Amino acid sequence: MTMDVTQLQRRLRDHEATLFQQGYLDDDQFSQLQKLQDDSSPDFVIEVVTMFFDDSENLLKSMARAMEMVPVDFKQLDAHVHQYKGSSASIGAIRVKNVCATFKDFCDAKNLDGCVRCLQQLQHEYSQVKTHLQYLFRLQQEIKAAGGSMHAH
Amino acid sequence: MLATMSHEIRSPLSGVVSMAEVLSTTKLDKEQRQLLDVMLSSGDLVLQLINDILDLSKAESGVMRLEATKFRPREVVKHVLQTAAASLQKILTLEGHVADDVPIEVIGDVLRIRQILTNLISNAIKFTHEGKIGINLYVVPEPTIEKVEGIQRMTPNQATISVNGVKEEKYLPTPQSGSDRNLHGGCQKHDDHCNQNHAFNECSSPVKSECSMNGDTEEQPHSTETTVWIRCDVYDTGIGIPENAIPTLFKRYMQVSVGHARKYGGTGLGLAICKQLVELMGGHLTVSSKEHQGSTFTFILPYKVSIACDNSDDPDELSDVENNDATYDDTIEGFFQFQPHTLGALFSSNGASRTQKLLPHKLSGFSESLCSFPSDDIMSKGTCLVDDASSVIDALEMSESTSSSGHIPETKKENLLSKDKQHHAWSLNGGANSSEPMVTNGEMAEATRSSELQQTFQGQGKANKPTPCVTSSSSSSSSSSGLSEVTKFPLKPRILLVEDNKINVMVTQSMMKQLGHSIDVVNNGVEAVRAVQHCAYDLVLMDVCMPVMNGLQATKLIRSFEETGNWDAARNAGIERSTDSDYECSITSTKRIPIVAMTANALSESAEECFASGMDSFVSKPVTFQKLKECIEQYLW
Repeated sequence: MTMDVTQLQRRLRDHEATLFQQGYLDDDQFSQLQKLQDDSSPDFVIEVVTMFFDDSENLLKSMARAMEMVPVDFKQLDAHVHQYKGSSASIGAIRVKNVCATFKDFCDAKNLDGCVRCLQQLQHEYSQVKTHLQYLFRLQQEIKAAGGSMHAH
Repeated sequence: MLATMSHEIRSPLSGVVSMAEVLSTTKLDKEQRQLLDVMLSSGDLVLQLINDILDLSKAESGVMRLEATKFRPREVVKHVLQTAAASLQKILTLEGHVADDVPIEVIGDVLRIRQILTNLISNAIKFTHEGKIGINLYVVPEPTIEKVEGIQRMTPNQATISVNGVKEEKYLPTPQSGSDRNLHGGCQKHDDHCNQNHAFNECSSPVKSECSMNGDTEEQPHSTETTVWIRCDVYDTGIGIPENAIPTLFKRYMQVSVGHARKYGGTGLGLAICKQLVELMGGHLTVSSKEHQGSTFTFILPYKVSIACDNSDDPDELSDVENNDATYDDTIEGFFQFQPHTLGALFSSNGASRTQKLLPHKLSGFSESLCSFPSDDIMSKGTCLVDDASSVIDALEMSESTSSSGHIPETKKENLLSKDKQHHAWSLNGGANSSEPMVTNGEMAEATRSSELQQTFQGQGKANKPTPCVTSSSSSSSSSSGLSEVTKFPLKPRILLVEDNKINVMVTQSMMKQLGHSIDVVNNGVEAVRAVQHCAYDLVLMDVCMPVMNGLQATKLIRSFEETGNWDAARNAGIERSTDSDYECSITSTKRIPIVAMTANALSESAEECFASGMDSFVSKPVTFQKLKECIEQYLW
């Protein structure tokens, strides 16, 4: 039984390392979040990240809607992107944040094509980081279920 | 045309700089990073240049509207120096001295004046590598004709300013010749002259007319205005200016030499803008300098003063507020000094003799002699106080907050606001430390909270202030009760977080909780102003970009209240006070609240803009433990 836990823990560590190395997640920022998890808020990270997922989906939808309007309301679009940039930065989703930065410039320049491309990129990056994070959480839950503990931060 | 052009240039340039910023978040080797840094600073410089050009062209075209708001010169001087000290990266002493005869409140365009002061101070800092930089403010008799010519430049266009809440009445003196006579007439000198209606008619410059020619339709039927000429010297012990450079100093784009430009940077427009602004306001900007010794930039401006508020016998609201100890300190203290320390900065001030009574209690380490010294003997004791208090910064605090990363100014130890927390200082030196004015009487309720914002005062029983004995006797009891709270740590610092992003709120709140603080949260600038109106916060973390009202605007409104003692600016922006206890709340919060910007580091949130709006420092997002911790340590302990 302990073997499973150890294996799971190793897999968890590897997965995290990959996320950090490949730039999906910012090591520093994400570990800040993990530090916020304690006995009084044992599920803090999952809660924040879930909130992020919800927020992302809403924002992405809003962005798409803003770009369907005629004429496109770039100011509104920029506001959405700005929001997204902020929240993605807070949880350490760097790739998403970086696309947001580019997206903002296209908004400033009122470049619709650029915006469309950015939105697609955002959706892609978001779904990637979501998948990775969900896998991370699943591993953590499995470890917990197997009686082990996630490595402390 | 220029404005459109500038905007057109700004956008793609912003694009280039943003891309550079994004690049800087990616993995780069050392060489690449260095190249990138150059790109970023060049880009910033060009953007700055564009802004300056716009400013200057506005000022030159005379299109600029001058405001006429009541403000407190001492507060402004203090704020400018505080802000400069906050980002000071050299060992320099910043000091400010406002003469006693400078009125507590004057009427003028406070934003522009602050802009001028900030510009001159930042120049001084740039060109001074050791020693000190300071601002001296004092009343002078009306300058001679040549200076008066500056006034004549003011065209009737500028008569369209509106004064602080008072409906603008057009009291333009009728014949043009009449006004010419005025300008030479020297009637702006004495208060008593201007009390007379007809004389006042002559006195009023075409621009600012709150005077009642008819003697009515005023809130205060007997209030008239007088004009006081105040001279401001911004001096430094810097590298000085060679004589041959002086004639072209105020010309656009002129910097002292090519080498200067390269070494010191800058757009070369700052002085030109200052000169324009000063002249627009009816004054004159001059300089005197000695190479290798230092320079002094001087401008003399006329300010209207509402007589009513000068007269402490006058039972109007203003002097009531003045007599109220809460604002008393802000208004009468005349000497500020910000000394950098390897560990922090010091802020000391000489103030009312009223607070002499407080000294025995507060200054446990001080000799009795300090308390009993005569009111005119200020300066010597003042220096002594400063010296004593110069071992101000407690090592404890410092060791905790050793700055690690390449943060922005907030972590610079010269941040004066941080080190002024009395109770901390008491425990270490047992001596006076300086900080913001002592909260008294009306503010007793908040005393615990703001006990860290104490000030050591020394008597200065001069004119223009309410008699010390009156206030001290009335306040001594409450002061002493306040004093007993001085040495306590504030039990619960009140922190306000202004942030619209839910996730950021959650993360920041959780971080603060772990650091042991609970925070209030609001989601936009309007709510922030309202929150501040309701209670005195010890620290405000202000997001910059928010819907409804952004952080810069909210900060400006809060600072306006701190400088003018009223919420008119907020009301003008559409924020109505929801409580009737105007008076009470105004007592509680004319102290300067530390406001820290939380910026996403976008171009639109530059550090300069944050400081210009009145923020004390900034934290770049995303927020981390370390940043919050340093913030708290600087401003709350």
